This record gives sequence, C-alpha cells and structure tokens, in this order.
Amino acid sequence: MASHSHEPKVTVLPPDKAKIKKLWSVALILLIITVLEFIIAFTVPHEYETSRVTIFILMTIVKAAYIVGEFMHLRHEAKVLIWSILIPMVFVIWMLVAFVYEGMAIFNTRL
Amino acid sequence: MASTSTSVQTPGRSVWDGGVSPMGASYGKLMMWFFLLSDAFTFSALLITYGLVRSAHPGYDGPIDDYVFSPAYWPVPEKVFDAIPFFHGLEAPLVFVGIMTFILIMSSVTMVLAVEAGHRMDRAAVEKWMLWTIVGGLTFLGCQAWEWTHFIVGTGTPTIIDGVEVFGANLVQNQYGPPDFADFFFFITGFHGFHVFSGVCLNFLIYYNTVTGVYDRRGHYEMVEKVGLYWHFVDLVWVFVFTFFYLV
Repeated sequence: MASHSHEPKVTVLPPDKAKIKKLWSVALILLIITVLEFIIAFTVPHEYETSRVTIFILMTIVKAAYIVGEFMHLRHEAKVLIWSILIPMVFVIWMLVAFVYEGMAIFNTRL
Repeated sequence: MASTSTSVQTPGRSVWDGGVSPMGASYGKLMMWFFLLSDAFTFSALLITYGLVRSAHPGYDGPIDDYVFSPAYWPVPEKVFDAIPFFHGLEAPLVFVGIMTFILIMSSVTMVLAVEAGHRMDRAAVEKWMLWTIVGGLTFLGCQAWEWTHFIVGTGTPTIIDGVEVFGANLVQNQYGPPDFADFFFFITGFHGFHVFSGVCLNFLIYYNTVTGVYDRRGHYEMVEKVGLYWHFVDLVWVFVFTFFYLV
C-alpha cells in the first residue's frame, strides 16, 4: 500500500450528551444489580437455596438484557435481526433444563 | 381465481428479493453477530455441562459455619474464592471476583463510549476510550492470573484425601472438593480468559489503526463497533460465569 501524505478532511461532530448520559445510567444499573447480588449472597441464608438461585438467575437475565440491548445496541436494530439472535437461544434454555434434570437422575441412580 | 382481472399486477416486492439490506446492518456486523451466537453456544455447552455434573454430585447441607473442604460433596464457591491479594489470611468471600466483575463492566462502558466517539469521527476521543478499554482488559487478565495462581497453589489447612495431604488444585487433584470442580474452573474461566486476551489484542489493533488514521481515511469507524460487539460479549459471558460459577 502506498502511503499518502495528504490526510482527509474530517468533520468532528460534538458529543451526543443525551446518548452518553443514557450509557452511563445503564452502567449504573449494572453495578447496582451486581451490588444487590452480593447483598443477597450474604444476607439470605443457604437454606433458601431455591429462592437464592431464582433471584440470581433473574438478575443475571436483567443484566444480560441491558448489555445486549443497550451496549450491543440490539434493542435498536431491525426486528428480524433481534429475533434471529434471540430465537436460537431457546435451544440453550431447553438444553440447560434437560441436562440439569439428567444430572439429578444420575445423582439418584448413584445413591 | 377471478378471470375478470386483466390489469397487469406488479409482483409483490419483498425486502428479501435483493437490492436492500433486510437486517439494516452491514455484512461485517451481521457476521460478528452470528459468530457471537455460535460462541454463545460454546459457552452455554460449558456452563450446561457444569450444571449437569454439579447436580449429579451431592451438595453440602450442613451449617455453613462448620464448612470444611471435602471431595465428598460439591464445594460452596464463596468458601473457595475468599482471598484477595496483599491481605493474606483475611476472609473476604467473593470480594476479589466482585472487583473483577466491576473492572469488566467498566471496560465495557469505555468501549461503548469509544463506539459513540467513532460515530462522531472524533479520533482523539476514540483513542482515549480505546486505551481505557485496553487497560481494563489487561487489569482483568492480571486479576485472573492471580486468582488461578491462588487456586492452583492453595493455602490454609490441606485437605486429606486417601491419606494424602492435598494443597491447591490441578486437573486430577483438588483441595476444595471433587476434581470435577477444579476441571470446570480451569476450563470455563480459562476459555473466558482466552476470549478476554484475544479481545485485548483486537482492541489494541483498533487503537493502533485509529492512531495511524486508518479509519479517518476510510471515512467511518465501523471496525470499532464490530470489535465493540465482541468485547461486550466477553463481558456478557462473565456475567453468566459470575452467577453460575461463583454465586449459585
């Protein structure tokens, strides 16, 4: 590639204040949820394992939704792109349920 | 079918007939999305296998204060990961991994700010935010190196397994619980750490190209966006690893 000494004229636009503010508020939400996860991990006793796990999974899904929707901008993309990404994840959810169930069956046969 | 119709009808045009981009995204961005989808399957496979093996092992069901490491049951993660650098002997469950989560989320924020600056063709701002993202990524890798070292070397009282004192963990022996637990720790955090490493390399490439004015000459900063997608995905995976490996 030949190097050119002439640089192109670039017009720099001013910062989009509203957009930047939105991004920082998403970051704040993510951090608050993470702190809440910590608080729950150390205040809710281990005897309530099912409710602990349920809360953690719900909070993880909320965090994932913010990261994918806002940071990765998927929420603002075309509908067909959103569904092309989200629908295949259904298989993952099914696989998780099926394999954890399978693991419990293995546990019972080992007893 | 009505036979009375004689007017010539224009065939129905669909967005899929060509000439337009139905997903409203460039080729490169779409390919990054579908690569990330396939990568999500890989990580899901690792985490789901963890779920399978964990639910096939007995859990610890005594009082949490009397907890001791034993290969007889699956360990409680907060008892395994309770150390932080420079504070030897201090019990700080999950604090270090919390700091790592914070670092990765912050580096995701600086990445998205770099993308925003790229949309405005603001080279100086892209350079600044890319540099912060690289710093965040390297810090995370450093933290992980410390965490691995601590996990492998082991501290405190050894666990007696078959009459042998076991310190730390490797792929066949594990101070903290069944060997499977250590195997999953190495594979899941290792595979994620490898993604962080390649992400830092890509980020550096973008930073280099920005500094040398490649994207100014090209007329757009879309590469920042594509690598940004990858970097956010790495952060997203960590959110799941944090929950399923450390919290649950």
